[in-house]
Amino acid sequence: MEWETVIGLEIHAQLSTRSKIFSGASTAYGAEPNTQACAVDLGLPGVLPVLNEKAVAMAVKLGLAIDAQITPRSVFARKNYFYPDLPKGYQISQYELPVVGRGHLDIELDDGETRTIGVTRAHLEEDAGKSLHEDFHGMTGIDLNRAGTPLLEIVSEPDMRSSREAVAYMKKMHSLVRYLGICDGNMQEGSFRCDANVSVRRKGTEKFGTRTEIKNLNSFRFLEKAIEFEVERQIDVLEGGGAVVQETRLFDPDKGETRSMRSKEEANDYRYFPDPDLLPLDIDSTFIEQVRASLPELPDEKKQRFMNHYGLSAYDASTLTSSREMADYFEAVVEQAGSGQAKMVANWVMGELSGALNREGREIGDSPVSARALGALLARIQDNTISGKIAKEVFEAMWAGEGDADMVIEAKGLKQITDTGAIEQVIDQVIADNPKQLEQYRSGKDKLFGFFVGQVMKQTGGKANPAQVNELLKKKL
Amino acid sequence: MHEKSIAELAAALKEGEVSSVELTAHYLRRIETLDDALNAYVTVTGEQAMEAARAADEARAQGHAGPLTGVPIAHKDIFCTEGTRTSCGSKMLDNFIAPYDATVVARFKAAGCPILGKTNMDEFAMGSSNETSYYGPVKNPWDTERVPGGSSGGSAAVVAGRLAPGATGTDTGGSIRQPAALNGVTGIKPTYGRVSRWGMIAFASSLDQGGPMARTAEDCALMLNVMAGFDHRDSTSIQRPDEDFTRHMNTPVKGLRIGLPKQFFGEGMDAGVARVVDEAIAHYKGLGAEFVEVDLPHSDLSVAAYYVVAPAECSSNLARFDGVRYGYRCEDPKDLLDLYMRSRGEGFGPEVKRRIMVGTYALSAGYFDAYYLKAQKIRRLIAEDFASAFKEVDVILGPTAPSTAFRLGEKTNDPVTMYLSDIYTIAVNLAGLPALSLPAGFSDGLPVGLQLIGNYFDEARLLGVAHQYQVGTEWCGMAPGGFV
Amino acid sequence: MSLSLDEVRKIAHLARLSVQEEDLQGYARNLSDILGLVQQMDGVDTRGVTPMAHPLDASQRLRVDEPTETDQRDHFQANAPAVESGLYLVPKVIE
Repeated sequence: MEWETVIGLEIHAQLSTRSKIFSGASTAYGAEPNTQACAVDLGLPGVLPVLNEKAVAMAVKLGLAIDAQITPRSVFARKNYFYPDLPKGYQISQYELPVVGRGHLDIELDDGETRTIGVTRAHLEEDAGKSLHEDFHGMTGIDLNRAGTPLLEIVSEPDMRSSREAVAYMKKMHSLVRYLGICDGNMQEGSFRCDANVSVRRKGTEKFGTRTEIKNLNSFRFLEKAIEFEVERQIDVLEGGGAVVQETRLFDPDKGETRSMRSKEEANDYRYFPDPDLLPLDIDSTFIEQVRASLPELPDEKKQRFMNHYGLSAYDASTLTSSREMADYFEAVVEQAGSGQAKMVANWVMGELSGALNREGREIGDSPVSARALGALLARIQDNTISGKIAKEVFEAMWAGEGDADMVIEAKGLKQITDTGAIEQVIDQVIADNPKQLEQYRSGKDKLFGFFVGQVMKQTGGKANPAQVNELLKKKL
Repeated sequence: MHEKSIAELAAALKEGEVSSVELTAHYLRRIETLDDALNAYVTVTGEQAMEAARAADEARAQGHAGPLTGVPIAHKDIFCTEGTRTSCGSKMLDNFIAPYDATVVARFKAAGCPILGKTNMDEFAMGSSNETSYYGPVKNPWDTERVPGGSSGGSAAVVAGRLAPGATGTDTGGSIRQPAALNGVTGIKPTYGRVSRWGMIAFASSLDQGGPMARTAEDCALMLNVMAGFDHRDSTSIQRPDEDFTRHMNTPVKGLRIGLPKQFFGEGMDAGVARVVDEAIAHYKGLGAEFVEVDLPHSDLSVAAYYVVAPAECSSNLARFDGVRYGYRCEDPKDLLDLYMRSRGEGFGPEVKRRIMVGTYALSAGYFDAYYLKAQKIRRLIAEDFASAFKEVDVILGPTAPSTAFRLGEKTNDPVTMYLSDIYTIAVNLAGLPALSLPAGFSDGLPVGLQLIGNYFDEARLLGVAHQYQVGTEWCGMAPGGFV
Repeated sequence: MSLSLDEVRKIAHLARLSVQEEDLQGYARNLSDILGLVQQMDGVDTRGVTPMAHPLDASQRLRVDEPTETDQRDHFQANAPAVESGLYLVPKVIE
């Protein structure tokens, strides 16, 4: 029997405001515990929330980017539950009337296929604090610095059918919020995380199966693993004649499995009601237009432009626009190297550069080889100072901090030999040293041409201009 | 000194007839000798008061005095006062030293008013008799066997007993007006949003409103000039230009159209109260006011709607009292659930627990529409009734409470009967309108309050209408025996 | 309207209020009385009426995004029942 997976994601993006959503406390990460938890964040008696305009603008920004309806009058509601990291005993969130309504996001799969994933809504809410479980004489420590940090919860439709699609969607949203400058996307610090609603059903049935919610997934890999484990678990349960229990589950990255989170199960009656401390949020067209005017070029637009303007393939354009930083880097190199070289630049950025970055787990923003430096290197290929192959060696030296392209070429003596006389001299020597091969070649063994090229390059330390070597060899042989 | 009104004291300070130090010391002495009989103060802040009095005298000497500089006042213990215990009448906050000042407190400090102390109140402002206080009930200065009303019973009693010239209160369903009526003092609940709620411990956020309590309407106007005003820290604070609430003191009531809601004059009102209200109507007629009957068809439902809305909001507002960051924490909690259950179970009194449970129930799955949403719809109908009435009249008049002060313990076992003490005051909170209570006479030796309800933002007129009554009658000048 | 003892227990738990077993009966009676009072609303036709969450017909005022608060941890934690290394302590939370 074949099973179909159904996945919906709730992405929590911490908005990169300077102050909290309802208070004037700083949102900077990494401060000493509770030093950035002001009276409002602590829920002291008598305190009141006042909404941060920037958080609203950021939510609207996302709404516009996913082509969603912006709710003209949205309402903040209280979600009531007791938990030590929730100081007021309720979370200020949005329930019936979220700021962002229905929208959509197109994702591209590895095979080049595009799928549209529906976004049900996106709403503003406050983040909770953190419980620190290391032992304080058998007690748990509570740090409320994060309490009140603005979150945008982006809820998708159950439109995804595999972990691969879920990851593609999460990556696309991750890229989008960073393009928009509304979230730093730092998943290790928890700035961008998601809950996955997963269910399975028999292929061909309409009705959704019972879903479970896997909480707090803060990496693409965890999302993929968690879904894969959960799907198998649910299929096993169903095929064994059992029933999936609707519950909240936690992914354990060490064991690679999900487990039930019973503590959050009981009393799931959140008693939502409109927050009487906050009036309805009115967003007029002037506000929306102001936000619209501040929108940057979005990934899909940029991708189109890269294809049209630079003649890149859909795949290349899509890879290069997967983050704003990479796209900016690419364009800066192209500017240096000349727009005719866009394809070569693309190969370098996606090849050597990305490879080196991945190897060291670095972001493009802190690449030791700047866009300008890479542009200068590629210009040396252009003007025949070095070959593409030598350029890779130069790049490695630049990466290791040995200076810019010209310095490395100079210091290592890598300048290409383009003097015909000098190349001919080497060729003559090679022919003289290999009479057997010469004879075989001349008697029809064409394949040996490569052997002679190799010998010449070896003798010149790879510095001979390959085109010239080919041409002269043909003549001499 | 203590027989003077705030307006008179302000004049005496200005003329140099008395200093703030002398005045403050005088009140502190009275509190020391007389408050044992009333239990109206939870905390007396003598030292800070004297220090503030010296600073006020200094400011006056340097020519920096404002209208109320040097006039000492008391704050209901629901307003946070930095460095001083702010208990809200609850065991839960018995150990809570507020780390900041409420906006109302800060405004009075800036105006140069020394704080005599914090007044007793029903626990978390939930009660109509002051008997739910952790610190024991306040006694009514007119008869110490009787309740002072609530929840601002302590504030009403200190004004009536001349233990402070004025005091702040809060009114969620009548908590300023009902005790004002039962103690023979004047108190006004302003339009929702006039007075900042920052630092005023929330009971029901969409209903709570702070206001002044004093002997006269003029005094209330002077205090309201200090209290009211926009506050950027309160999202529900109204952004309007500051106004002088004393500006209609001398506006005659001739030609004023006063509405009498027929629902306020049916059964349920004591005969003595009815007589006093009739006499007040006659007095206003004598001043040239015109009376019109108005219809508030949904006002009978106000208590029912209120006992959904207020508990619902309170159930959420009081969730923060969990024994983690401040306030009462139970001994040796065995786990997290135990910490919550016992800290809250032991820290809150029975009435607070009842209301939290009613609110929890009304908001819970399956009941939300039938209770909370229904109550919000009735709230709308009640507000619309008032809106129609104010097309016909300038002011609405009626009793503040159905009876005079009842005996201590008389209604404590029956919450519903207790709730009906606020039958005439609650609709005003649901609509967000301003209303005041002023002393209008006595029934069997106990004060009777008259309620005036105004349209939104019409406090100045309300206070003027009350003042016109007070200049022609003696009631607000009368002091209870033993506190003369 | 009458609440059973079990319903009272459930509500008390949802509200995190310990109630002594011997007090349950009294709460059940009081709460039932209050809900009885509240049921007066049932007779009113409220079809088409917009719920009124708030007395003010105004909209939310917004704050400029600027950090304005300073660290007052010690001041605030002076009220805390149990603190260590700047953290509020609670009995072990098991997830």
